[in-house]
Amino acid sequence: MSAGVSAWLPFARAAAIGWMPVANLPMPVAPAENCGGQHHHRKDELVVLNVSGRRFQTWRQTLERYPDTLLGSSEKEFFYDEASREYFFDRDPDVFRSVLNFYRTGKLHYPRYECICSYEDELAFFGIIPEIIGDCCYEEYKDRKRENAERLQDDLDDENKDKAKPPNMTSRESMWRAFENPHTSTMALVFYYVTGFFIAISVLTNVVETMPCGAAPHHKEVSCGDRYTVAFFCMDTACVLLFTVEYLARLFAAPCRVRFARSVMSVIDVVAILPYYIGLVMTDNEDVSGAFVTLRVFRVFRIFKFSRHSQGLRILGYTLKSCASELGFLLFSLTMAIIIFATVMFYAEKGSTSSKFTSIPASFWYTIVTMTTLGYGDMVPKTIAGKIFGSICSLSGVLVISLPVPVIVSNFSRIYHQNQRADKRRAQKMQKARLSRLRMSKTGSSSAFLHSKRNGLFTEALELTTCIEQEQRKDTSLLESQHHHLLHCLEKTTNHEFVDERCYQQSFLDNSSLTRGGYVSSSRSPSPCSQEGVAGTCCGTRDHAPLSNAKGVAAPPPPTYVLHHPPHHHHPTHRPTVREYVTVYL
Amino acid sequence: MAGCTSLCRQGVLKLIQSLQRLVSGTLTKDRTDDELEMMTMVCHRPEGLEQLEAQTNFTKQELQILYRGFKNECPSGVVNEETFKHIYAQFFPHGDATTYAHYLFNAFDTTNNGSIKFEDFVMGLSTLLRGSLREKLEWTFHLYDINRDGYINREEMTEIVSAIYDMMGKYTYPALKGDVPKQHVDAFFQKMDKNKDGVVTLDEFVLACQEDETMMRSMQLFENVM
Repeated sequence: MSAGVSAWLPFARAAAIGWMPVANLPMPVAPAENCGGQHHHRKDELVVLNVSGRRFQTWRQTLERYPDTLLGSSEKEFFYDEASREYFFDRDPDVFRSVLNFYRTGKLHYPRYECICSYEDELAFFGIIPEIIGDCCYEEYKDRKRENAERLQDDLDDENKDKAKPPNMTSRESMWRAFENPHTSTMALVFYYVTGFFIAISVLTNVVETMPCGAAPHHKEVSCGDRYTVAFFCMDTACVLLFTVEYLARLFAAPCRVRFARSVMSVIDVVAILPYYIGLVMTDNEDVSGAFVTLRVFRVFRIFKFSRHSQGLRILGYTLKSCASELGFLLFSLTMAIIIFATVMFYAEKGSTSSKFTSIPASFWYTIVTMTTLGYGDMVPKTIAGKIFGSICSLSGVLVISLPVPVIVSNFSRIYHQNQRADKRRAQKMQKARLSRLRMSKTGSSSAFLHSKRNGLFTEALELTTCIEQEQRKDTSLLESQHHHLLHCLEKTTNHEFVDERCYQQSFLDNSSLTRGGYVSSSRSPSPCSQEGVAGTCCGTRDHAPLSNAKGVAAPPPPTYVLHHPPHHHHPTHRPTVREYVTVYL
Repeated sequence: MAGCTSLCRQGVLKLIQSLQRLVSGTLTKDRTDDELEMMTMVCHRPEGLEQLEAQTNFTKQELQILYRGFKNECPSGVVNEETFKHIYAQFFPHGDATTYAHYLFNAFDTTNNGSIKFEDFVMGLSTLLRGSLREKLEWTFHLYDINRDGYINREEMTEIVSAIYDMMGKYTYPALKGDVPKQHVDAFFQKMDKNKDGVVTLDEFVLACQEDETMMRSMQLFENVM
């Protein structure tokens, strides 16, 4: 129960008078309040909390709203200073403000200027779980916590990287480690630099291959590739051999080969070396030589292998990947504009002779060139309508491209963060751990009632309340016992008991099996749930004899095991239910 | 390796999702702030402590404690029905207490304006906790008499009893059958309706209750709540 609500418990109990005329059973006895000596609980008094010199004062009842925290339970007595008659805590007074405000308002706030670690330490000291931080501050708290965890994780990773090699690593593991962290051993470093060098050589070769390389006297100019075919072929072979060896070695060393094979870097590796092998296979086949030439283009992907060597490339790639959706949308809207204008231009220019706008796709080129204000001039409209629409196209191109670009850029950063926050919030809302803890605290209040039913209540009936009994049952606070009394009254009014879900299913099943089974003998069939015995049943067995025979019966016989027999049998069924048997075992 | 294949499936799903996002974009419309209605701040201060002490049967200290709890939960000084239902429902986590809370709210809201001030609250509590037996019975009668016509008929009683049974929730032993409230109402009318005319008047109600010793004892139960 939250803070202020527990102050309304007297009201809820008073409102229970409304059930009395409806009830047919007598009500249980209310828990007596002050039995000797506990008078100060009744009168509201101020307590002084001295936190490192700063004095806070509040009502005792405010603190007792949350009996499962340090300040709400008797644990604070450990900090009581007799001489100054105050509670002294040697903790941070600034954070204590939030803690005390939690008792006052029922909401826990996380101050932004506070360090996450110190805040969590204080909460742990005062016995408050961070999950009840209010929604206003929960997101901030989670963000800071995640940053902190990442920082810790980074520290740990760095430590792990620099750690000496654990003694018994298999050769495969050590190879993988060498590949991932080249600076761990000299061999790895050498390999790293050698591959880098060969990537550069390979890219350079591809580029130089196509340059014109001087002409033989009466032949036209040939490219270097054609002139020094063998040399270039050897160079290519050497590079590809090295890349192949590297790829196979990585594949062998990877802890999860499927995952490695799917990763971006390995795809790049494969694409870099595949054209060579395909070329080897298909050299003699003239039909596919065109495709073979195309394949050589893929050799340029070798340049991406540099991203293993360059942190900057990796960051760029990650940035593009993360804002891909925004860029994609921009492209999509541009595409829409292009299609619209291309269509318009095509139909506008359809009439003119020798028009270059032969089809709508042909007009795409004009639209793109015009909208990006390139204006090559290879396609120009000739009709008046075409010129008008062409100018509209170029003006709108300016608007469509240049205006939203800064807006998109700033939108991008805002939406990016906003989406991140929305996703985070959604993830937090669905975060199972938080929900389950909140649910547990909610069911805690209902299961607390069932628990107390199970545990202590048959002793309550044995003796009409004496103060000794009250003292002995001090583990449940007064608030809780009053709340349980209220729920008990409701049970009496409706003549049904609260059970937990498991028991309910069980009794449901048992009842349905009874309808099939028919006759059940009294000696063999206890009530569905009370098979384990007196203390450990889920439905709770209670000694009802003194209560249902109400009128001032003397002390009932000692521990009895009684099945509950409701005086009013509401169910007009003919099947013999277990409730019709009252068995008393002495 | 099994984990890797499931990762593969997840990867495909993510690809489809990202393609969809590529086409539709992720620009969300900004929420227009003008749509936020300005909630009128109602602030009500109760009359002085002495006056309330004179009007009710509470001591000054009890009134102080009551007001502190009240103000904490409702800083504006009045309780509206939503807050009332929310507060009452927290005491009955098993079932649905909103219907009964609605009837309770109407019983406390003597001025029928949809909100309970502190005075109404304290007057109601004074009757319930410190009032004479007759006053308590009258209050209960007014609670049951939903339409305030001076008679309790079967429909009203059925609604009240159903609301009480709703608070029990689903998981009860024995399991709640549908006709249980109806039988309860029948038993009630059996006891209360002396002249069998189908409605219960205030006098019949008071008379029948005074005859029932168990009920009298139960009514005294909450004397020492404060």
